[in-house]
Amino acid sequence: MKKRDGYSPVVHILAFLATLAVLLICVSAGSVGVPLKDTAAIIWNSLLGLPVPEGMSKSIIFYVRLPRVICSALIGASLSLCGAAMQGLLRNPLADGSTLGISSGASIGAVLALAFGFSIPGLAGGGVMLTAIVFAFASLTVILTLAYSLDFSLSTNTIILIGVVFSMFAGSIVSLVITFSDEHVKSVVFWLMGSLAGSSFTKAVTLLITLAVCGAVVLRFSRELNAFAIGEDNARNIGVNVRLVKQVVLVAVSVLIGVTVSIGGTINFVGLVIPHMTRMVTGPNHKKLLPASMFSGAVFLMLADLFSRVVLSPKELPIGVVTSFAGSITFVYIFYWSRKGRA
Amino acid sequence: MLEARNLSVRYGELSVLDDVSFKVGKKEWVMIAGPNGAGKSTIVNAVSGGAPYTGTLLFEGKDLRRLKPAEIARLIGILAQSSHVGYSFTVEEIVKLGRYAYSKSAFSALSKTDEEYIERALELTGLLEIRGQSVLTLSGGERQRAFLAQVLAQDPELLILDEPTNHLDLPYQKSTFEMIKAWIEETGRSVISVVHDLSLAKAYGTHALLMNRGRLVSSGAVKEVLTREKLESVYGMDVYDWLSSMLSQWQEG
Repeated sequence: MKKRDGYSPVVHILAFLATLAVLLICVSAGSVGVPLKDTAAIIWNSLLGLPVPEGMSKSIIFYVRLPRVICSALIGASLSLCGAAMQGLLRNPLADGSTLGISSGASIGAVLALAFGFSIPGLAGGGVMLTAIVFAFASLTVILTLAYSLDFSLSTNTIILIGVVFSMFAGSIVSLVITFSDEHVKSVVFWLMGSLAGSSFTKAVTLLITLAVCGAVVLRFSRELNAFAIGEDNARNIGVNVRLVKQVVLVAVSVLIGVTVSIGGTINFVGLVIPHMTRMVTGPNHKKLLPASMFSGAVFLMLADLFSRVVLSPKELPIGVVTSFAGSITFVYIFYWSRKGRA
Repeated sequence: MLEARNLSVRYGELSVLDDVSFKVGKKEWVMIAGPNGAGKSTIVNAVSGGAPYTGTLLFEGKDLRRLKPAEIARLIGILAQSSHVGYSFTVEEIVKLGRYAYSKSAFSALSKTDEEYIERALELTGLLEIRGQSVLTLSGGERQRAFLAQVLAQDPELLILDEPTNHLDLPYQKSTFEMIKAWIEETGRSVISVVHDLSLAKAYGTHALLMNRGRLVSSGAVKEVLTREKLESVYGMDVYDWLSSMLSQWQEG
């Protein structure tokens, strides 16, 4: 008898250690290779404020690569967590931030800030982040208001349909903004394809705090997400406060996506494919699926970022190109494989 | 136990349930019968909170609108008509969720009492052997029983079953209805069933609601409600004659 119930902290500790190991590898590898041992020594000494041994490139490792790899890990974990949560909440394996229209909404805000140079004095990237979060929220409000007015029970099909239509609408707005912003168009276009080049420790800390708060909210609703993944009616029948859970999870997800979009741009397929692949290993129980998706999302995006840095070195590929390329092929493979398995 | 007063449901201009009032007492098994589109499942949806309604639903005198979802789930268990599942949850995972309304906090583990109810529900529905199996690999009938086990684990005061014999073959139809009958006798609780099979309704129901086009045509004891004349007026055919002719096919060998 196959039994996979129960929560195992040991597995999560091992997954965390594996993620740290990948992080170390990704920091040490790049256009200038630094041995793993030296990389670990630089990070350790820098964190403790000790002098770094001569000949070691502290600036590259500690100030350039480490914040970038940490940002990619946190963005990967966030996007994957959001995707897993929404695929459960909406009982739809095709749901993620982009399906719901939240990513597109955040993109409008971020593109407007980039194109018109909106900034917050004393906070680098603050303007983009703030507008991305505000637009993510605003999009969610528009989507939910429309869904409520059409369908009292906020059924999943209604939300997804409105999300898809809203994404198309947001895409046209973004294109419109790009058309009228010659001067900044390059940074906007580069950002639209996803980029982690502007990572910093400040951004990493922002991501960490957002993931800690919003991730805790989503993880708290693991059991409710199980009920939603079985069916919304079933969730209601066993006593889940369906509307409240849906609203809280969607708000947490929209904040998380708003922040990740403002820092890393549009990075597609992570939220769609990684939870899919993780579910094949953990099963659909969200008590296991959500933490496992975070770890696998972090590892995937760190490796994708490493690939984008080294494959055409010294040139760099936008990370969104790498994730979309790898993600779409993987998705088609999974889709084909699962359909064939059923036939 | 449950009382509906002037219950109405509208979807835009369309009235699907119109001013329906009824009461369900202890140890009663109320059968809701009527042709397609009569509003039978809409009553279930209104009670579950899945359909917006006007009027009042009272449980032991308490307005359902004033109760929290978990409080309602401890009082009323609902087996929905559709048992489609999107992901490969195991039978046991489905049944365990039946104890959701009793959990003290988001991270609390199942109590010993929870475990006992889950084991009992799996045993009653004959699912002990396949408890670790994915519901996606089950037949429609087995899946239906998994959700019946979930609602039994929920241990409600009132059980509402929306077409419980959907997907069930004859032996399981019989054993399910016998099991529910024994459950009522053992626990002193009540059941409402939406049924299409009028023979089952007559054989097992103590009371009945006869519905047509969103309205309640008749309510009371089964013998008074499911009469030849009333059924003919609702179904537009002589139901007694039809069912008798079906039975005669067997008598003739």
